[in-house]
Amino acid sequence: MLAILWKDLLVELRTKETLASLFLLGTLLLLVLSFAFDPSHPLHEASAPGVLWVAIIFSGTIGINRTLLRERENDCFAGLLLAPIDRGTLFLAKAAVNFILLTVSEMFLVPLFIFFFNLPFLATIARLILIVPLTTLGFAAIATLFSAVSLQTRAREIMLPLLMLPLATPLFLAAVQTTTALLSATPLDQVSHWFKLTVTFDVLFLVVGWLTFEYAVAE
Amino acid sequence: MPLALQLADVSRSFGRVHAVSSVSLAIEPGSATALMGPNGAGKTTLLKLCATLLTPSAGKIEVDGIDAARDGGAVRARIAVLGHDSSLYGDLTATENLTFTTRLHGIDGSADRVRGALDRVGLRTVGRRPVRTFSRGMQQRCAIARVLLQQPRLLLLDEPATGLDLAARGMLHELIAELRQKGTTILLTTHDIDESLAICDSAVLMARGRIRWQGSIRTEMRSDLEARLRAIAEEIR
Repeated sequence: MLAILWKDLLVELRTKETLASLFLLGTLLLLVLSFAFDPSHPLHEASAPGVLWVAIIFSGTIGINRTLLRERENDCFAGLLLAPIDRGTLFLAKAAVNFILLTVSEMFLVPLFIFFFNLPFLATIARLILIVPLTTLGFAAIATLFSAVSLQTRAREIMLPLLMLPLATPLFLAAVQTTTALLSATPLDQVSHWFKLTVTFDVLFLVVGWLTFEYAVAE
Repeated sequence: MPLALQLADVSRSFGRVHAVSSVSLAIEPGSATALMGPNGAGKTTLLKLCATLLTPSAGKIEVDGIDAARDGGAVRARIAVLGHDSSLYGDLTATENLTFTTRLHGIDGSADRVRGALDRVGLRTVGRRPVRTFSRGMQQRCAIARVLLQQPRLLLLDEPATGLDLAARGMLHELIAELRQKGTTILLTTHDIDESLAICDSAVLMARGRIRWQGSIRTEMRSDLEARLRAIAEEIR
């Protein structure tokens, strides 16, 4: 697992393909969507959680697709599948790589989001410090699983969002609802059910991915 | 001593297409077998099944007596695959690619060992260059170095000499001879009769997913082997 992490992060450090697409697309989405509402209008503030997650989800979907598509060059994926390790471990390694890359891009996107929506910096970071990584973990797990499935299909570039987004909707709904509550300083106990849903989703898709990756990568 | 590779009534279908049908095969340890036949005969599918890259629709595959369906990891620890695609990362250097292989396979990946493998295939001086900058022949030599590091019990070769010049082809044949001396069993798919005669001591001829003939081969059997392959090609035309 550490070998795959080392290799993927080394390739990413060298090419910066995934991080560049995550950051550029995320920034573009944040910029366009934050300018869609008049800053003086109450809707501007209300739209903030949705804007943040739309930017993370859409840039992340494209970025994650890239990490597995890269394995198609020279049939490198076959080389990975020939490793004497459980295919579930391969899934966990790939999900960990995607989690790290998404988290790095969020470390740029969240401050930008705070800037565009004129929010208090430290207070917003403190409120989002739990929900963003929790949602990212579930996102990385489901996206890794479905990017492996889409790798076997002809229209692989568009298959990931088509397969993943409908199933990931509960996760993203929970993220938006929790973020809305946290940014409006709603007590945590009032959004605990959304937190529980997010944690359940994370565990569910990490376990499902670990158990089914063998079949997901089968030709 | 268990067989190096045993296939019992193995079939594999893709939808309604039967790529491999009821193939049974027993390969002795240390032997070299050529898998030959026209395009679409099922050679590559059979090799992928042996490598656990595909699962059989029916039948059983054992490597060194280990059931591939039950313990795929243990089977993969005993095999190496060399195909026409190198499975090397273009953005990594040759040294990094080999180091990654050793880490992935949990084998000794000391700098000396990696350098030694690169030296053996004549790539020591370009070990720090990204593989993307290598020619096809150099990439295949790097893939050969990877096999040397793995020292597999069973080496599966899928038309590995395709697109290689004479020097690289010679190096590949040397590698195979070297591994055979160390006891590695070879299963090679090829269209080249001369190559199969140079490397292998037995051949399996396939067509439409089935074995049509199998037996020992020697250099003096060249015309006989060619006639059999021609007859199979005529038959399926």
